[in-house]
Amino acid sequence: MVDNWFAGEGDDFRLLGTRCAACACVFFPREDGFCRNPGCAGGELAEVPLSRRGRVWSYTDGRYRPPAPYVSDPELPWEPYTLIAVELEAERMVVLGQAVPGVAVTDLEVGMEVEVVPGVLNEDNGTTWTTWHWRPVEVGA
Amino acid sequence: MTTEVAVLGAGMHPWGKWGRGFVEYGVAAARAALADAGIAWRDVGSIVGADTVRGGYPGYVAGATFAKALGWQGARVASVYAACASGAQAIGTARTQILAGMADVVLVVGADAAPKGFFRPAGGDRPDDPDWLRFRVLGATNPAYFGLYARRRMAVHGDTLDDFAQVKVKNAAAGALNPNARYRKPVAVEEVAASAVVADPLRLLDICATSDGAAALVLSSMDFARRHGAADPVRIRAVSTVTPTYPTTVLDLPDIATDSAAVVAPADGTFRASIARAAYEEAGIGPEDISLAEVYDLSTALELQWYEDLGLCGEGEGAKLLRDGVTASGGRVPVNTSGGLASFGEAVPAQAIAQVCEVTWQLRGTAGARQIEGARVGVTANQGLFGHGSSVVAVR
Repeated sequence: MVDNWFAGEGDDFRLLGTRCAACACVFFPREDGFCRNPGCAGGELAEVPLSRRGRVWSYTDGRYRPPAPYVSDPELPWEPYTLIAVELEAERMVVLGQAVPGVAVTDLEVGMEVEVVPGVLNEDNGTTWTTWHWRPVEVGA
Repeated sequence: MTTEVAVLGAGMHPWGKWGRGFVEYGVAAARAALADAGIAWRDVGSIVGADTVRGGYPGYVAGATFAKALGWQGARVASVYAACASGAQAIGTARTQILAGMADVVLVVGADAAPKGFFRPAGGDRPDDPDWLRFRVLGATNPAYFGLYARRRMAVHGDTLDDFAQVKVKNAAAGALNPNARYRKPVAVEEVAASAVVADPLRLLDICATSDGAAALVLSSMDFARRHGAADPVRIRAVSTVTPTYPTTVLDLPDIATDSAAVVAPADGTFRASIARAAYEEAGIGPEDISLAEVYDLSTALELQWYEDLGLCGEGEGAKLLRDGVTASGGRVPVNTSGGLASFGEAVPAQAIAQVCEVTWQLRGTAGARQIEGARVGVTANQGLFGHGSSVVAVR
């Protein structure tokens, strides 16, 4: 439902931000109108992919159905989703996202490594709304 | 001090779920504040309304709406919106008019009739609105953010679920003594633990409800207060309405991401801490001078964060301050003697005004069963969606 926030398939999937040509500050969700650095007079904002992996800053879940505009089928029992806030080292920013389905808060710890993967937000009459999900990176063999 | 204004009157409509319109609540609170001040409505030179976004067009022009309901009498009018900080901005606007000599007496009113359940964004498809986006893309409700802060505190500072529950126990005990509070029953730790999880690790009783309610203040110049016979009124000495400093590095409502700190180094301290710092600097005081504080306990865990942001203790020491009883009634710095949002619930444009009402009554020594001893300096703290700081320092 939002254009150009992410792109790519499989291992090439990335969140897309923008970077100011004048001061190099990065913005996500993408800022196309103006550079928000108060010390910058403003430059061209160019698309830039964000780091694929980061570390869990915090996490929670939603045990109750959120209100619209979140889309969910009121006929079906509510399935809680998990939210993860992820710290990206290179960008030094925290990005919130849903965890991949099946990951519960009990599977997570602050500091754990996760990676961004494509996901489905909801489907309706042949339309699929895609999104990004955070998935814990497998450790060990 | 020439930068002070007097609090001549304070009033509320009791908070709850009354099923009536916000104007009715606001008018009741305004009349209570005017009566408390001993001021006739016709003698008010300016009215400032804190807006409610749920009241249709009258809510967006709340100042004029309350003025019409009280009876048009020609007063100067302003309406302000700053989400949860609306009340503080209304107080700030009134104070500015008084200090500029534009009005001697200003009536400040905030009132709301809140929906049940989660707050939600305004209707329509609005992908240019961060508040719409966080719901649409993530289903991230306000409690989801409170859950993130709470879990982060547990990981970084070692806070426990019991610490969070004890905040509720403390505030419910205070609210039980407050006739204006919606919830007036003591709560035990076991009841918090037995309530349903809303957003892990927070439970229903860790999170404040949504309420109907209203609060109002009558403010005046110090000269007017003296002429009016109020020789030693409670005085507002500072109103902090600061914005954050780029880059903000703590994920906060309603944003999906923080700013990047890769290029520009973050300032010392967080936005929340800067709100209190600005108020202290303006008032010429420090946290050691504080007798009591009213803070936004949207969640139990967030109250502990405010202890640190107000400088009542060091970073990560909020839970210890609570455990030591410092912030309880009878402690060195009681926090949320009113019962806080835990006992009131949210009535968005009213709550920052309600905080100042409570501080006023405590500083006057008229807070009844919940009165604390020897209060001289009170501070309030909250934060409005989209980067609105809000803190008021009042002294006696």
